[in-house]
Amino acid sequence: MTTPRNLVVIGNGMAGMRTVDELLKLDGGRDCRITVFGAEPHVNYNRIMLSSVLAGDKSVDDIVINSQEWYDANGICLNKGDPVIAIDRENRLVTAASGVQVPYDQLLIATGSKPLAPPIPGLELPGVCAFRDIADVDKMLEAARTRKRAVVIGGGLLGLEAAWGLKQRGMSVALVHLMPTLMERQLDVAAGQLLQRDLDRRGIAFFTDGQTEEIVGTERAEGVRLADGRFVPADLVVLAIGIRPNIDLARAADLEVNRGIVVTDDMRTSDPDIFAVGECVEHRGQVFGLVAPLWDQAKACAARLAGDETALFTPQALSTSLKITGVDVFSAGALMAADEGDDEITLRDDGKGIYKKIVLRDGRLVGAVLYGDVADGQWYLKLMREREDVSALRERLVFGRAFAEAGPGAPAATDYAAMPDSEQICGCNGVSKGNIVGAIRDKGLTTLPEVRAHTKASASCGQCTCVVEDLLVFAAGADARPAKKTLCDCTDADHDEIRQAILAQDLRTMEEVRTAFAWKKPEGCHKCRPALNYYLLCAWPGEYHDDSRSRFVNERVHANIQKDGTYSVVPRMWGGLTTPAELHAIASVAEKFDIPTVKVTGGQRIDLLGVRKEDLPAVWGDLNSAGLVSGHAYAKGLRTVKTCVGSEWCRFGTQDSTGLGVKLEKMCWGSWTPHKVKLAVSGCPRNCAEASIKDLGVICVEAGYDILVGGNGGVEVRVTDHLVRVSSEEEVLEYTGAYMQLYREEAHYLERTAPWIARVGLDYVKRRLVDDPEGRAALHGRFLHSQSFMQHDPWAERARGADAHEFARLPALAEA
Amino acid sequence: MSYQWKNIGPLANIPAQGARRLCFGHQGHPVAVFRTGADEIFAVVDECPHRQGPLSEGIVSGRTVSCPLHNWVIDLAAGEALAPDIGRTRALPVRIVSGEIHVGLPLAGERAA
Repeated sequence: MTTPRNLVVIGNGMAGMRTVDELLKLDGGRDCRITVFGAEPHVNYNRIMLSSVLAGDKSVDDIVINSQEWYDANGICLNKGDPVIAIDRENRLVTAASGVQVPYDQLLIATGSKPLAPPIPGLELPGVCAFRDIADVDKMLEAARTRKRAVVIGGGLLGLEAAWGLKQRGMSVALVHLMPTLMERQLDVAAGQLLQRDLDRRGIAFFTDGQTEEIVGTERAEGVRLADGRFVPADLVVLAIGIRPNIDLARAADLEVNRGIVVTDDMRTSDPDIFAVGECVEHRGQVFGLVAPLWDQAKACAARLAGDETALFTPQALSTSLKITGVDVFSAGALMAADEGDDEITLRDDGKGIYKKIVLRDGRLVGAVLYGDVADGQWYLKLMREREDVSALRERLVFGRAFAEAGPGAPAATDYAAMPDSEQICGCNGVSKGNIVGAIRDKGLTTLPEVRAHTKASASCGQCTCVVEDLLVFAAGADARPAKKTLCDCTDADHDEIRQAILAQDLRTMEEVRTAFAWKKPEGCHKCRPALNYYLLCAWPGEYHDDSRSRFVNERVHANIQKDGTYSVVPRMWGGLTTPAELHAIASVAEKFDIPTVKVTGGQRIDLLGVRKEDLPAVWGDLNSAGLVSGHAYAKGLRTVKTCVGSEWCRFGTQDSTGLGVKLEKMCWGSWTPHKVKLAVSGCPRNCAEASIKDLGVICVEAGYDILVGGNGGVEVRVTDHLVRVSSEEEVLEYTGAYMQLYREEAHYLERTAPWIARVGLDYVKRRLVDDPEGRAALHGRFLHSQSFMQHDPWAERARGADAHEFARLPALAEA
Repeated sequence: MSYQWKNIGPLANIPAQGARRLCFGHQGHPVAVFRTGADEIFAVVDECPHRQGPLSEGIVSGRTVSCPLHNWVIDLAAGEALAPDIGRTRALPVRIVSGEIHVGLPLAGERAA
């Protein structure tokens, strides 16, 4: 029996703590007394997710890997915010900045890396930071709150994620990159250009071929001057040009160092009692910046620390992906053919922004670069790692797994039984198939959130979610169930169950619904009340009494609340048409009420911004007298019908698109829907009204009208699907009414048409609307019936005094 | 603690499950009075502890209101945010005197609890 050994770990980062975690799982690790020193004042967190914290997708708590309880439960002494400043190898002792000294039997160095800082003047100015730890993110968030312009230096993975995060936080962002294309180490020129184009469209300004000469500023950073004379103004400068291993401590202790701390396959440094893992090491001439090899190093190192003298670290092919919402990039292995023996196969769809390139050498896959559609990335990576001969798949390989495997010479689907337990599924958290299947079986897990909670698999970037779901079905079989989405925490019922019960059990009020389903809170909450109010309004038109107290403020006061507490007012302009009289009225109102901003919207109407709440009824009264009514720009209901000028004026116009747009708007205005609805009519396939990204779009052609459905602008752009071609305006109106009603009756509250159609399938919508003329007419009839109760201008009612309490503050009567 | 009491009139001035912001504030902060579905009355500083959202514009359920900006749920009696959020806005005393609502403003010099 050995006496307890002292293991000291320098560095509380991902590689060091992963090694400790692996060690604790091994028999040989139980007799260690473990002391950890960390320079940062935090517990161990997932550094690669910092960009998600910056972008606001996750909180700092979300990215904690090991909580203080974990350290306590495992008897680990954690010294936070106390970096080690010296290693005394002779006396086997480390000294920390606080003066604490701890003896060691074995030492693990996991000091990670430092940001690369080139020798440019101005680096010391306030307003300049790196993008490396929580403190840096705090600095960047502070700048985003108080200042406007940011410059990120470095167009690699880290720099791009920093730029996107700051953009998400509302800063105007420029990115300076030394090379002609972005991420040149991971992407070829074509993919790098696509990436730059997409990010340029999202509002990031690029300065490529830009050599930073100086950060300019007196009190604090004011901008960046480039070698070619260009000047980029900035309140915040983020340096993200790369990292270098942090080897100062090891060098001072006379360990062998080169670029990094030199380790052999057993993760030992030149001193056999001192190990090193992570970004601080150099192994066979290679240094590391990605997370996957760190997990492998941790495993080998832990085994060695536990006394297994056979464990070795073997580097594997690596992949990279970028964490920017909606921008999908994957890269692994070779970027291009190295010589004439290599073959490149490329697939490019400029319209959809998809680019795929694979590199073959001697019948084997050695590289893949994917842009826009990265679903097959992990499959390519597996083919590369297993060095499988893919000659038989050559013609189909670039089209992806589903297509390649559908042909001869390939298995039909992934055989999870045959997959080795060691296969890594989640790269972000280093979780293998064996970990996942083991947790599912041991703990009886049946849902994805449970698997995430217990194993962390797919809990970070989420790219491996599909595989984790497949493994759940594989391991739990019939017990696996999709996580049920209840309406809210007040009930165990979901949206569909409630909607069906309202009709089947003839439930007429929110109270009756809550009773029928044994609601947990008697009055419900802010999530279920607006939903129930809508469902009842839709089910019982003309009978249900709309509950204004269950509506979000915008729908209750019929204007959009702005961030300073003022409101915006958008009058309806039918099909985007207006008149001199209406424009006079809008101009007079803006002057009379000192309305600070008058803006033309993307939906072809005019937005009056900054109206004081108490002025709203009078503003509406004045607009009403010129014939202007509410544009419902605040409503989960019909917003706008955008049109082009069509055959009346345009030499390309095939039909009267403007007139048709007005008819559609007259039919649909005032309706309440699960979420907002936007329509458009284009007079010819040039599509100037952008009908193909609307909830319903009409494109006029010589032969009639193409009806398109389920499009969406916004963050997740989705192009419409073609529903049907019809030959008359009457048919367009009937299809539109029927479509509106189907959406109203069957979508979940707050579900736009695009996700609704994605959920039920376009084929279903076609069956209900195209294949079933009687059903279509019935839906259209129900829509018109509902509309007969809805088309009252809410502004006119309030201008006449309705709901006056909403718009005036309550005064004190007299001193009590 | 002593208060200056302000009479803001009868219950009917405030919609059930609703709120009104008052014409006067407390130490520079706006004040709102809430009426629950059970006709209970509460007064709080009309600022969400999160980002100062106007609580009076939120949805009132039971004895809570959900801020319209980010849906923090505030307990009206204590002014306290419900878990998982942490924070509080100041709750002010109210009393009913012959059918009219009186709101108590702590007199200057008194420190907030």
